[in-house]
Amino acid sequence: MTFPKLIVFINSLIPLALLLWDLYRKRVGPNPLEFATHTTGMLTLIFLCLALAITPLRKIFGLNSLVKYRRMIGLFAFFYGSLHLLTYVWFDRQFKLLSTVEDVARRPFILVGMTAFVLMVPLAITSTNRMVKRLGGKAWARLHRLVYLAGVAGVVHFWMLVKSDTRLPLTFAFIVLFLLGYRILEKYSPPPTNPQTSLFPRE
Amino acid sequence: MREKITDKETYLNRRVFIRAATLAGTATATTLIYRRLNPRPVEPVPGEKLAAAPNSSQTEALKNGAVNKEQLTPFESITNYNNFYEFDTSKDGVASAAKGFVTKPWQVSVEGLANKPRVFDLDELLKFPLEQRVYRLRCVEGWSMVIPWIGFPLSKLLEKVEPTSQARYVAFQTLLDPQRMPNQRTGVLQWPYVEGLRLDEAMHPLTILATGLYDETLPPQDGAPIRLVVPWKYGFKSIKSVVKITLVADEPPTTWNIESPDEYGFYSNVNPNVPHPRWSQATERRIGEYGRRNTLLFNGYGEQVAHLYQGMDLVKNF
Repeated sequence: MTFPKLIVFINSLIPLALLLWDLYRKRVGPNPLEFATHTTGMLTLIFLCLALAITPLRKIFGLNSLVKYRRMIGLFAFFYGSLHLLTYVWFDRQFKLLSTVEDVARRPFILVGMTAFVLMVPLAITSTNRMVKRLGGKAWARLHRLVYLAGVAGVVHFWMLVKSDTRLPLTFAFIVLFLLGYRILEKYSPPPTNPQTSLFPRE
Repeated sequence: MREKITDKETYLNRRVFIRAATLAGTATATTLIYRRLNPRPVEPVPGEKLAAAPNSSQTEALKNGAVNKEQLTPFESITNYNNFYEFDTSKDGVASAAKGFVTKPWQVSVEGLANKPRVFDLDELLKFPLEQRVYRLRCVEGWSMVIPWIGFPLSKLLEKVEPTSQARYVAFQTLLDPQRMPNQRTGVLQWPYVEGLRLDEAMHPLTILATGLYDETLPPQDGAPIRLVVPWKYGFKSIKSVVKITLVADEPPTTWNIESPDEYGFYSNVNPNVPHPRWSQATERRIGEYGRRNTLLFNGYGEQVAHLYQGMDLVKNF
């Protein structure tokens, strides 16, 4: 692992370390189980947004080297998503399969959240270099567009569960909308003009 | 030229130093961001000790079915996990946002269809014989607590103003003052918060106005200085920081019903058989416990209150 990657790796684990530390010291309020669920859910959304931000950042600011960290950040989104799911199945359902299935079917926001998680599974599985080669770059890239859906489902899941104060989910919605909107605009905008035909010719 | 070339050892030392600094710097930044987004709970401000200990007669409490042998939820939990949108929409954030909320002077106007409508000063209200009532509180979000309230039956207050025969409902209103309740500047709910009960529900001996919990005056985050407690209904019915009580003829509007009529009915009796679209109402998490308990019809107060709803379709009138 290169040093910059190590920096990203350690910083991505710091929220988990702080969460565990606070849980251990009982400094997480009267409902620690809910706190753990909320925090891991929020971290999943943050890492999804970070992963989705890499491409726009590269293109807008020319920070091409950022692509080196995309896989790791995406995998951290999956990692925190798995923890989020674990807290639900563990604390909320006590690992009872039937009760979980029932609950997922009955509560639409959980169904949407579960969808977001399921969409991330194939992305995590095909994240290795070998899988990229096996699938071929194009097919791999097409498959990994599922992350757009996962991002949208994640935000909808958050938006559906709040009672009336939708400010935070809306913030995430705007971020995801911007990151996805950028891609759409970029796709349908004309190719960059060459210097000769630009608006302000340098003559 | 020779002195300009950094020798290998210095170079490596510098490299190690820069790396360590980068690591420490980014780690600190990440920690600060995390702490900023996830503030730790604040220590609750201790309330005032109640002047007079509640002189409740246990027999009265027994008669009311208000005796509860379940383990009490700790004071720290009751005062750090609050739904009180006038201050903050996050349950962990209410205590700090409500710190310093001024509740003196305070008046409660009892008006409407009554022969003797009048305004009560808080001091006057505190002179009603106070009782301790240990009640389960079940929030519509699927968690519950056991709280030792101090208060007096609402019926004692309503009797003083003599409701007329036209009065069939009671409407309640929370203080409207964005200066003192800062989140009222946002539009997360329609302000002021309003609630309502049928007159027979309001007159029921289990329905109380609470002015304290444990042996302290009500902390701001729990609805200081006076709030309603209706233990067989979801928590949001138990309106906080009440300034106005109106006797009316028709069913009054209620805040959460205005916000989302499909999710929150006027009655909102605790009922495990009527699922909420987003929360399972069959079970609840008792704060401080791992796992979930089964939710009881009328929050376990069916023996005392079920007769109020005889012949009513509780699914339709959720």
